[in-house]
Amino acid sequence: MPDSLPVDSVGVVTPQTYHFETPIELACGQTLERYDLVVETYGELNADRSNAVLICHALSGHHHAAGYHSMDDRKPGWWDTCIGPGKPVDTNRFFVVCLNNLGGCHGSTGPISTNPATGKPYGPDFPVVTVGDWVKSQALLADRLGIDCWAAVVGGSLGGMQALQWSLDYPDRLKHAVAIASSPRLTAQNIAFNEVARQAITSDREFHDGRYFDFDTLPRRGLMLARMVGHITYLSDASMGEKFGRELRDQAYKFGYDAEFQVESYLRYQGERFSEVFDANTYLLMTRALDYFDPAYEFGGDLSKAMAEASCEFLVLSFSTDWRFTPARSEEMVNAMIAARRKVSYAEIDAPWGHDAFLIPTPRYTDIFTAYMDRVAREVGA
Amino acid sequence: MRADLEIIQQWVKPGHHVLDLGCGDGTLLDYLKRERNATGFGLEINPDHITTCMNRGVSVIEQNLDTQGLDNFEDNSFDIVLMTQALQAVRRPDKVLDEMLRLGDEGIVTFPNFAHWRLRWGLALSGRMPESDALPYKWYNTPNIRLCTFKDFEALCREKGIRIKSRRVVDGQHQNNWLARFWPNLLGEIAIYRITREKT
Repeated sequence: MPDSLPVDSVGVVTPQTYHFETPIELACGQTLERYDLVVETYGELNADRSNAVLICHALSGHHHAAGYHSMDDRKPGWWDTCIGPGKPVDTNRFFVVCLNNLGGCHGSTGPISTNPATGKPYGPDFPVVTVGDWVKSQALLADRLGIDCWAAVVGGSLGGMQALQWSLDYPDRLKHAVAIASSPRLTAQNIAFNEVARQAITSDREFHDGRYFDFDTLPRRGLMLARMVGHITYLSDASMGEKFGRELRDQAYKFGYDAEFQVESYLRYQGERFSEVFDANTYLLMTRALDYFDPAYEFGGDLSKAMAEASCEFLVLSFSTDWRFTPARSEEMVNAMIAARRKVSYAEIDAPWGHDAFLIPTPRYTDIFTAYMDRVAREVGA
Repeated sequence: MRADLEIIQQWVKPGHHVLDLGCGDGTLLDYLKRERNATGFGLEINPDHITTCMNRGVSVIEQNLDTQGLDNFEDNSFDIVLMTQALQAVRRPDKVLDEMLRLGDEGIVTFPNFAHWRLRWGLALSGRMPESDALPYKWYNTPNIRLCTFKDFEALCREKGIRIKSRRVVDGQHQNNWLARFWPNLLGEIAIYRITREKT
């Protein structure tokens, strides 16, 4: 972090923890008696409390979406490119809320939190939560913050699924839902990749059926492999090709199986780093939440019947080279909204970065996101 | 106000669900939303137009009629399907007309008349492909690949069993031109057709 902060940064931010003492019943049938949600906010809530925007995070995300935690921070929050003064989600106009979801490992109650029943970490005993459970807990957080209706609920990937779920579960509590690089349900291929990741974790000898803390160890190797597989699905063939090509770390082949290609060492590095900071049980839980997400399920698989529950307006965006959640998945969502006569706008943005494109500010993406959010701000008088 | 908007507006009933093929910057849909409380969508491929639509609150879908078609829309899912100044730019205008009347009870189509006297005169005199305010392109870079005359369009409608409910003729600036009423195929620059399926 340099001596001064960029002018379009929200600056140094401090997360806050909200304690909830009222039990929350989860989709799996279990109940959490009490729980914490760790939250960051940027900007000011206006007098009529109409300018609040909820940012929902993706698989490995958390509450730290923008700004820096200290002047020593090397990197800003995960969506700093899109949240800040003058950015698409303009903190001069909006009050922006981002939380770590239930089951996460960045401060909200999850597998690494202490189970009050045992005095030890929940580990594998933490209930499997769903996107619907997250939305429910986010609504309780909104109550706490005094927000009756979000100007917009916004998210990329798994975050977009939460925006979609919001529109169905609490139609009166949001004006707009923005789903970027998202999908109305996982395909068999998506679930297959998640299963490989889970197998990598659970087959690590250090996993100990999820009770690795009891053995004072971590399934680092499994988590690393899981992340490596995941990471490949976030990039595109073209972007990996451009970044690494067939570049070698040294001049010549060594006729062995160590990391010789740059792409190998990059993936290993990313995987190792991730395995130090992320919890394996949380990774299992997040991938399962993805697998289970399917709002059309209750409506006999008819997504347009599900969408009839919604009353907000939608912005759906996809990226041309995203093969994890392809433009076709976004169009499936859009077509269901059209059939249900919901108000929806859609664009497919040409970007070479694969699924990760939703985190990278390409000009057309920024233009569209800015134009739409500007209109949302005008509408709510922000 | 643009004469074509005024005319189209009269044919859209309050609360109509409208699809606008090639909606541009959303001027027409925005107008219909305000004046007629119409709902619906615009399809567009120009990125700047799409951004403008999103900013003004017009529901816009990025969709290319030529490559993606309209299969994602259900039969009779709209009251009215509009296509202003785009018929001449699609690969198969005949199929688009069929699709318009599959999706809606009624269609409104506007396009430039290639038999306008100035174009005829230009072609006869110079022997070069004509250019005009309504067709301001060179032959090699024009998006207007399916130019036709009012007579051509009406012949196609007859062939397809499409009934023309009304036709209004305006000039290149979309102003009413009383002369064009008498000899539209020679004096009209742009026509606004209101079409429907012939009852069988």
